[in-house]
Amino acid sequence: MTAGTLIAWRKRPGDRVARGDIIAEVETEKGLIDVEVFVSGVLERILIEPGATVPTGTVLASIREDAPAAAVPGPAVAVPVASAPVPAAAVPAPARPEAPGPGRRARVSPLARKLAATLGIDPTTLRGTGAGGAITREDVERAAAGRRPGAVPAAAAPPPARPRMDVVRMRQAIAAAMARSKREIPHYYVAHTIDLHRALAWLADENTRRPVTERLLYGLLLIKAVALALREVPELNGVWRGDRFEPSAVVHVGVAVALRGGGLIAPALHDVDGRPLGALMGAFRDLVQRARGGGLRSSELSDATITVTSLGEQGVESVLGIVYPPQVAIVGFGRIVERPWVVDGAIGPRPVVTATLSADHRVSDGHRGGLFLAAVDRLLQSPERL
Amino acid sequence: MAEELRAAVLRALGDIAPEADLASLRQDLAFRDQLDLDSMDMLNFVVALHDALGVDIPEADYPKLATLDACVEYLASRR
Repeated sequence: MTAGTLIAWRKRPGDRVARGDIIAEVETEKGLIDVEVFVSGVLERILIEPGATVPTGTVLASIREDAPAAAVPGPAVAVPVASAPVPAAAVPAPARPEAPGPGRRARVSPLARKLAATLGIDPTTLRGTGAGGAITREDVERAAAGRRPGAVPAAAAPPPARPRMDVVRMRQAIAAAMARSKREIPHYYVAHTIDLHRALAWLADENTRRPVTERLLYGLLLIKAVALALREVPELNGVWRGDRFEPSAVVHVGVAVALRGGGLIAPALHDVDGRPLGALMGAFRDLVQRARGGGLRSSELSDATITVTSLGEQGVESVLGIVYPPQVAIVGFGRIVERPWVVDGAIGPRPVVTATLSADHRVSDGHRGGLFLAAVDRLLQSPERL
Repeated sequence: MAEELRAAVLRALGDIAPEADLASLRQDLAFRDQLDLDSMDMLNFVVALHDALGVDIPEADYPKLATLDACVEYLASRR
C-alpha cells in the first residue's frame, strides 16, 4: 500500500478516543478499512479531510494523550496509485445524498464498487436497493443509465468521481507483494497428507449438539491446529525485518479470503492459539463478513504473523502458497478427497487433505518445516483438544 | 406459504451475496454454484433462515438445500 483515500471521520475534534476505537474510514486497494487509534486521549485536530488521497504515513489527526500532554500522530494508512490530493485543505465533505453519517457505513457490494469505479460513479451517492440498503450492481447501472447524455439534463448529472478500489488496483497490490516475495524470500516447500476422518467425524458430531449460530466450520479446525503447532516450531511465526527474524509472542493467523468480484485478501484472525473454538468461530465469521463487505480494521490488515490458505470443498488437491512479506510462512490446504488409505495393514477409504508449507529458508529449514506439518497432523487426530 | 418461503430464501441469499442478481437465478439449479458460495456463506445462509423462520437445519440436511425449489420444499416440510 502506498496511499489511501479518507472517506469519513467517525470522531470529531474534542471527542474522547480510547485505544482500539475506530476514528476514520479509509479506502485502499484492499477495500474500505477502519482506522484504529493506539492511544487514549482527546481528538485535537483533524488534518486530512474526507475525499483527500494521501500517501502512506501521512498524519491524519492529532490526539492529545491522557497522561503526557504530547500530540501524537494518528495512525497512517496506504494504497497504491495515488491520485492527486484533493485541493483545498479545509473543504468539508461534499454534501452527498444518502451518504453515510458517522457510525453508518454505506454497504456497497464489491461488484457494484468495481463497476462504479469503471463508470466513474461515486457509489456512496446512490440509494441502495439491495439487502439492508446495500448498493448493488443494478443501482450503479441505473445511475449510469440515468447519466447518459440525453437521458437527463447535463446539469443533473453527478460529477464523475475519482475511481476508488477496483480490481486493477487490487491486482497491482498483489503483484507488488508477490513479486517482492519471490525476489527476496528464498522459499522452500514441504507437503504432507493428513487423514481427516477423526476430525470430520468429531466435527459432525459436535455440530449436531451446537445451535446453528454456534456451529463450527472445518476450516477453523485447520487454522487452530496450525496455531497450536506453531508453539512447537515458533520460527515459522513472526516477521522478517531488515536482516533478521523477529519471532512473535502472539499468533495472528492471516486467513486468505477469496472475494467474489475477484482478488483476495488475508486479514488476521487474532490470538488464535489461546481462544476456544466457539469464540474463534464467532470472530472468524465476523472477519470473513467484513473482508467481503468492507470494514476491516487497520490492524487486521497489517499484523498477521503467518497465513493459512484453504481451498475448502472445491478446487485442487494441493496449493503451494507464496509467503506474504514480511511474514515467513504460509500453510496451504487443498480440497478434501476420498483416497484408499492403509490403517493397521488394511486398505479403506479415508477423507484426506494435502497440507503444504511454503517458508522462508533464511529463518527455518525443511526439517523443521516437516516437523511442523507432522504436528498439525497430530493435533488434527485429537480434534476434541483443539 | 411457498411464496413466503421463497421470499425468505431470496432475502437470505441477498444478505450473503448483495451483488448477486437474484432475478436471474435459475430455480432448478444449485445456487451455490450460480452464486459462488463457500462453506462460510452456506453457514450464514442457514443462520439467516433460522433467524427468519425459526427452523433449525441440521448439517446433515444441507444437501437438501441445493436449489431454490429444493429449499422451499424442505422448509415447507420442516414448519
